[in-house]
Amino acid sequence: MRRLVLERRSHTPLALTLASPLLAVALTMLSATLIFAVMGHDPLNALYIYFVLPLSDAWGLQEVAVKATPLVLIAIGLAMCYRSNNWNIGAEGQYVAGALAGAAVAIATHGQPNGPWVLPAMLLAGVVGGALYGLIPAVLKTRYRANEILTSLMLVYIAVLLLDWLVRGPWMDPQGFNMPQTVVFEPEATLPLLLEGGRLNLGSLIMLAVVALTTVLVLGTLKGFEITLVGEAPRAARFAGFSEKRLTWLVFAVAGGLAGLAGTLEAAGTVRQLQPEFAVGYGFTAIIVAFLGRLNPVGCLIAGVFLAVTFIGGENAQIMLQLPLDATRVLQGLLLFFVLACDTLLLYRPRLLHNTHA
Amino acid sequence: MPNLMAPPAAQEVGRSYGPTAAVPLMQVHQLVKRFGTLVANDHIDLSVAAGEIHALLGENGAGKSTLVKMIYGLLQPDAGQIFWQGQPVALPNPRAARKLGIGIVFQHFSLFDNLSVAENVALALEERVPLASVAEQVAALSRTYGLPLEPKREVWRLSVGERQRVEIVRCLMQDPRLLVLDEPTSVLTPQEVEGLFETLARLRGEGRSVLYISHKLEEIRNLCETATVLRHGCVVARTDPRTESAAGLARMMVGGEVAQVRHQPTCDKDAPVRLAVHGLALASEDPHGTSLVDLSFELRQGEILGIAGVAGNGQDELFAALSGEWLASKAEQVVFDGLPIGRNDINARRRRGAAFVPEERLGHAAAPRLRLSDNALVAGHATNGLVRGGFLQRKHMLGWVDAVTLAFDVRKAGRDPEARALSGGNLQKFVVGREVLRRPKLLVVAQPTWGVDAGATSLIRQALVDLAKEGASVLVISQDLDELFEIADRIAVIFHGRLSEAQPVRGLTREAVGLLMGGSSTPPTPRCAT
Repeated sequence: MRRLVLERRSHTPLALTLASPLLAVALTMLSATLIFAVMGHDPLNALYIYFVLPLSDAWGLQEVAVKATPLVLIAIGLAMCYRSNNWNIGAEGQYVAGALAGAAVAIATHGQPNGPWVLPAMLLAGVVGGALYGLIPAVLKTRYRANEILTSLMLVYIAVLLLDWLVRGPWMDPQGFNMPQTVVFEPEATLPLLLEGGRLNLGSLIMLAVVALTTVLVLGTLKGFEITLVGEAPRAARFAGFSEKRLTWLVFAVAGGLAGLAGTLEAAGTVRQLQPEFAVGYGFTAIIVAFLGRLNPVGCLIAGVFLAVTFIGGENAQIMLQLPLDATRVLQGLLLFFVLACDTLLLYRPRLLHNTHA
Repeated sequence: MPNLMAPPAAQEVGRSYGPTAAVPLMQVHQLVKRFGTLVANDHIDLSVAAGEIHALLGENGAGKSTLVKMIYGLLQPDAGQIFWQGQPVALPNPRAARKLGIGIVFQHFSLFDNLSVAENVALALEERVPLASVAEQVAALSRTYGLPLEPKREVWRLSVGERQRVEIVRCLMQDPRLLVLDEPTSVLTPQEVEGLFETLARLRGEGRSVLYISHKLEEIRNLCETATVLRHGCVVARTDPRTESAAGLARMMVGGEVAQVRHQPTCDKDAPVRLAVHGLALASEDPHGTSLVDLSFELRQGEILGIAGVAGNGQDELFAALSGEWLASKAEQVVFDGLPIGRNDINARRRRGAAFVPEERLGHAAAPRLRLSDNALVAGHATNGLVRGGFLQRKHMLGWVDAVTLAFDVRKAGRDPEARALSGGNLQKFVVGREVLRRPKLLVVAQPTWGVDAGATSLIRQALVDLAKEGASVLVISQDLDELFEIADRIAVIFHGRLSEAQPVRGLTREAVGLLMGGSSTPPTPRCAT
């Protein structure tokens, strides 16, 4: 008789830390092959459309960067929360709250003579708006011990409905034929494009700067160590003299601020107005990005690009194979499942045992 | 494998000592248990005769607990056989073991705090018995065996010693032939230990057997007629402990000589006071914790003050209040070198020259999954120059790990492994060394050698003694009286969050400390001998 047992590892080899997400991607591809085959498509062709085609021309590459920008920004903030055992699920709400704060500046200054200060003011407002919105579950957690998973998630619906009400009510474009949308932002309130013939804008460069800054923060500073220690061993963090409460506020504010920045960049750079469909779920997909990226900023960059490819690939597949958009969501869900499952291998070693006892 | 079907002859398992019945009550033959690559039990032979108290001796990690868990059906052996009264038996679960007549009292009790003594006992019974008759039986058993218990009392009101009695009575309800006791005296006062020994003698007189697990050598020499010594998962000796010296038993356990701690207790009443605690009162943040009540003491330069006490009498709270993990209500309640620091946080206290070693190695003193260099940062980020302008100085961190490793003989694989990869003794050397190497003016240390091997124990105790000799003040919170009598200059006892007056170790007896640990009022004060 044989049985499979999981043995706790005494330490985790570095190679495995890197291999685990790759294995998860491979398993997701394998599952995708099966799903495509069951749906009656040529799996190889479908995989090509999903994962290769988006990277095969300049327009596709630009689109990948445009989609990756909010994903990576949000995921980096979430990674800091998750590293310190703060389960912020509400990035989508913080993303919308930031976009609303940024858009408020754009709408208030609309149609007036403005200087170049409008865009920085929008970005600042977005960061502050997202951070304040992110602080709500943090304060509820530290003050009333309310579970942050529930509160942050419920705040998503509040933010999305607030957006819906604003674009149908006070912020509706008077010349918009009663469509639920705001005015199209003026040039001073939009991000400059980086290339002709595409949507790539300054936001992607800002995202890269954030990746560089947070990498230094997480790996090289005492604050980064504090974030890790609070998550790894809360009592040891107390022994080190770190305040868990203040850190909870900090990571929620940072995550909210980065999500708010992402929301403002998306509104000012890509969409250039607000509509009810503005909240497309970047805040939720970023949870996958954070875990796939090993809760590390550079990892989040790689994972964010990968998830962005599946978005573009999904759109392609919708057009070329008439695959429903839900197929993309299924793939993303499978990916998160496999990432978390493969992480078990980091902590445990599987072994096949011969059972000598009958 | 035919030899598994019949019990091995006595010669095969080695000669037996003491009172031997023709057939041993319980015998294990060539028992093997592996955990991954670690062989926790490597072909163990053990034979317990009827009516004997048999000691199972060994250091932490020698494999005692693994062996006992197999005897009780909690673990299944990878090879080998257990015999009961000469017959091979399989013990797939504890119920099967209980049915044979094996009872066990673990080091960590498994009682429901909110239920009464009788209810706890009734829950463990196989058949349904009315609570009233359980209470009667408990009362009868506790009279017969000298285990005073009040059946209707809730467990949370009981002292640690009383809880152990509940566990023993619960075993006796099953009328066991073999009673296994896992480190039973580590939580008891000396008086409670004596009471326990009387009970065990009575059980032996009835022809029952006791398997007594301990690493306290004097106890075993007084109590047991046979001892099996384990080291690194192997049986290294079977002996009559009454004919061996304590040092001889220690050599068998450790496999070599253990350095003696050199310490001359001092009693210098003129040395300046380093730490003064006045009327410290602190409500515990933990709902099951013990609040500190009007606690006062003084600790002088060059002195080691021992705080004795049974676990759960406020030691954790005292450590938290002294370290600054919890703040006192008034700054003046804790005075360090003349400065009130009761409202200062732990890092402000560290910067003034205080250092701390908490009781829990993994999770409190160190983060298990972080490397040693990161764990150097846990206690030293504010004081050791490991951080400049908010940036980590990795080179300095690694250098600090190397320095601690060298000074405290920390054995580890690689230069900078994760904390959880170290053995208990080596990690303890690291977390103590991390503080001692800073040359602090004040060191507060809780349970410095809890669950640590003999070599590390003597090294750590010597380091504390040497630190005090250089003029530092050391406060040792420990449940281990042997430890306190070995290294402390004065001893105070904490009981229900109150602290007794500290007495010089010279002229102090274990019995006197034991009485205080049990909550009796202060015995007559022996004066400082000059």
